[in-house]
Amino acid sequence: MTYFTRRASLCAMTAALSVGLGLGMTTALTGPAHAADTVTIGYAVSKSGPSATGAGITTIPNYELWVKEVNAAGGLKMPDGSQRMIEVIEYDDRSSNQDLVRAIERLATQDKVDFILPPWGTGANLAIAPLMDRFGYPQLAVTSVTDMAPDFVKRWKRSFWMLGGGHDYAKGLAEVLAAAKAAGTFNGKVAMISVADGFGIDLVKGARPAFAEAGLELVMDETYPLGTSDFAALMSEAKASGAGAFVAFAYPPGSFGVTKTAQSMGYNPEVFYIGVGGAFPIYPGIADGKAEGVMSIGGVDGNSPAIQAYFEKHTAEIGTPPDSWASSITYASLEMLQQAIERVGLDHAALAEEFSTGTFETVLGTTKLEDNQLRDLWWVGQWQGDHFTAVNPADRAGATAPVIPKPEW
Amino acid sequence: MIRIALPLAGLVLLALAPLALSDYGLGLLIGMAGYVTLASSWALFSGHTRYISLATVAFYGTGAYTVAVLNEALPYPLVLLAAGGIGAALALLVGLSTLRLAGVYFVIFTFGLAELVRQLITWYEVTITGTLGRYIFLDITPAQIYWQLLALAALTLALTAWMHRRPLGLALRVIGDDEVVAAHAGINLARVKLVAFTLSATIITLAGAIASPRWVYVEPAIVFNPTVSFLTVIMALLGGANRLWGPLLGAVPLFLLFEYLSVHFPDTYPIFLGALFIAVVFVLPEGVLAGLEKLRLRRRPTTREAKA
Amino acid sequence: MFLTILILGLVLGGTYALLALGLTLQYGIARIMNLAYGEVTLAAAFVLVALFKAIGLPPLLGTLLIVPAGYGAGWLLYTVMMRPLVARSGASGRLEVDSILATFGLLFLIQGLLLVAFGANFTSISYLDRGVNILGVSVALNRLIAFGVCVVAGGALTLALARTRWGMVMRAVALSPGSAPLVGIDVMRVARQGFALGTALAACAGASIAMVQTFSATDGVVYTMKALIIVIMGGVGNVPGALIAGFALGLVETFVVTTIDPGLTLAATFAIFLCVLLWRPQGLFGRG
Repeated sequence: MTYFTRRASLCAMTAALSVGLGLGMTTALTGPAHAADTVTIGYAVSKSGPSATGAGITTIPNYELWVKEVNAAGGLKMPDGSQRMIEVIEYDDRSSNQDLVRAIERLATQDKVDFILPPWGTGANLAIAPLMDRFGYPQLAVTSVTDMAPDFVKRWKRSFWMLGGGHDYAKGLAEVLAAAKAAGTFNGKVAMISVADGFGIDLVKGARPAFAEAGLELVMDETYPLGTSDFAALMSEAKASGAGAFVAFAYPPGSFGVTKTAQSMGYNPEVFYIGVGGAFPIYPGIADGKAEGVMSIGGVDGNSPAIQAYFEKHTAEIGTPPDSWASSITYASLEMLQQAIERVGLDHAALAEEFSTGTFETVLGTTKLEDNQLRDLWWVGQWQGDHFTAVNPADRAGATAPVIPKPEW
Repeated sequence: MIRIALPLAGLVLLALAPLALSDYGLGLLIGMAGYVTLASSWALFSGHTRYISLATVAFYGTGAYTVAVLNEALPYPLVLLAAGGIGAALALLVGLSTLRLAGVYFVIFTFGLAELVRQLITWYEVTITGTLGRYIFLDITPAQIYWQLLALAALTLALTAWMHRRPLGLALRVIGDDEVVAAHAGINLARVKLVAFTLSATIITLAGAIASPRWVYVEPAIVFNPTVSFLTVIMALLGGANRLWGPLLGAVPLFLLFEYLSVHFPDTYPIFLGALFIAVVFVLPEGVLAGLEKLRLRRRPTTREAKA
Repeated sequence: MFLTILILGLVLGGTYALLALGLTLQYGIARIMNLAYGEVTLAAAFVLVALFKAIGLPPLLGTLLIVPAGYGAGWLLYTVMMRPLVARSGASGRLEVDSILATFGLLFLIQGLLLVAFGANFTSISYLDRGVNILGVSVALNRLIAFGVCVVAGGALTLALARTRWGMVMRAVALSPGSAPLVGIDVMRVARQGFALGTALAACAGASIAMVQTFSATDGVVYTMKALIIVIMGGVGNVPGALIAGFALGLVETFVVTTIDPGLTLAATFAIFLCVLLWRPQGLFGRG
């Protein structure tokens, strides 16, 4: 190395260090600049990368809707009767859990926000859970399907899990199918495909024993990799299997893909069930207006005035209707937060206690968590008319009877 | 003397930093130390030979996954050792099979490799073990992760400096200039490339293993995120991949810049990022260090002879 | 069973081959390793859907508009962004690295613009997706159209490259950019044409993706990877090679899905790809 290279190195080091420090200062040390009479609420969600789609449909619109509403009404009510406006601090985690973890650290220790709203996705919520626990923030994990929730609430005392686990959804579906078999509306044979990632596997692992127990015969059980975009071969195999029920535990691209493929090949099983995406407002458009009778995860009580009002205001403010699975639950979690703050203020321990024991009036009706989990959920829904209506649990108020067989495409 | 004393002083300072910083500051340092390690170890092989490897995340993810699989079965130091061993074995295998490839074929092979490893692990987990997400519940504080990464980064830099003075470093440089000449000069191409590639890949695997406890929940889609490979390359090239301090100088400012952009422009962040990238390629094609050097030379044309 | 694999595989392969044609031209003739290729494809798909939704423009007609627009965009992109890089690199191998880095930036730039303009939602339209019976196998009409577009575009391109003077010039540049100027070829101009034509084909592929699949603004890299694999397998700059490799890939994927395990589809793709790279780095149909 020559003299100059070394000089250049030293010089560059100094330059880079000063630039770095300058940037670092502004980034790291911009302290909380919010006014004292506001409530700061922070969140880090995926605005770019693979998770951006899910976050953009289910999570972000509800956060924005809620903040807008609360602020338009004069702000959050405090226990002393005063009102404080919400100030939002939001970050993009670029669909990377490493970035997400850092953003949460920033929200907690630099911005010192009053409350942190959760990101979208199971993995993302798990990744921040230990941090939220360490910083003492309650975590209202909505978009997180996990069978391990009962363990997590023991590990992280202030975490709340609101979307059930794979076994719940699989069991719900098995009940619907068993009832249809008993009624003689379908032949008891099931063709099942699933996406090879945590979500698909959770559901499949729940479904295999649940189907067996319900006396259903699994004639096809295949897993395809994330990122598959062509379903022609899989679907023709399913069609040839003679199964009366087609089940796809898939993500939106897969759910949409199997729908289009089934339509084009004229595959008309008595039950057509798809995974995430089936409850999206864009689904009827994707099914070319022929979504009638398609089943999927989730569902809403279409006759409930609260849900109807929620759909209307979501459509008015955001421009699109919400999805019929996790959207209303996301919104309900925010209503819970609002009511809890009104009752106990912003202290994290008190808030966590209130979430855990309190009863709330939300868009879902009267909501109460059991063992820090929301268990009063809809497991199976079906497109009936313009609504993705809940059909299981059948004994829960607001459930509609499923239509089997599904009308042909 | 000062060449050793200055970095050492810096290292001590950096090691003490967690005592004074907030959790977020520490998070930033972890990120920086991680990327400095990745970029420097990447440059260890690719900087001189000019083989652009996009397999960084294949090794990084393997490291993380090893910890996820073994963290409940083995004590932590053994887990790290296992990760390093697996990384080295994988690197040897890949190195042996890619000896014939050069140029863009090497680039694409390494990219395909990362995808293949991810797909195979996914398939194995789904069909054989029947789980996909794994959890890492280790009692390791962020400060401990930081110290480990810092040590690894320092080790990588020391190794690079040491190699620069050894026949191995010289051989790599000759290979980068012209492989035919290198072969004629009696350099054992295969051995030199293999050694450098394995060293580099082992360090990357270790970096993944050390950083993994921060994820808690690990699945292939998360740990084999190809962005890591790309960022590593860009950082190293920005600073100047064939210089000792080059990768560090690329990694630190870029990392901070990304952080700054994502904090202040969450919606338009990718646009800024893209524009910045393009600007770097156009304005600083040889890296920051070479750019600065050029600037100095232009300002003092009289001293140019001193170099020649 | 065999017939199903054959027909479904060929139709799937048609989409792949169409996707890869543009990249093989860009890389083979213009020597630009375009990592933003998938994003360009997606941009075309989004524009097509927007036109369809806003003014009811039929997608097939839209394709006819989008392809020339793609050519123009490619021409502009090459002139503004790639030319300085090409001029700078001269005869050295620097262009490869520079183009990878620059187009990596472009990838983010376009993705960011798409996210701002069209949001993160999944997009899809229903167009001609009724089934058509071919020898007892039901295939969606829009897929057949995409297949037809691929065969026509690929066939025309193959013929033009093999038979016309223009094609000879293109091949000369692809084969030996260093010596092409010696016989009076303006390499820069030819490279620009190649790049622009490649972009036009990318737009065409995007249009057929819009008709067939559900997509979102962050999917670009998936398409780039698929195209890249086919390009390498077929031999860089080799149009018939890309066609054959595309069809072969479609067949292999369909075969693995139906007879082995759908979970191994992508793994099989990459494994084959890596084997080809090791066994014949110049591609199956490259000049050895």
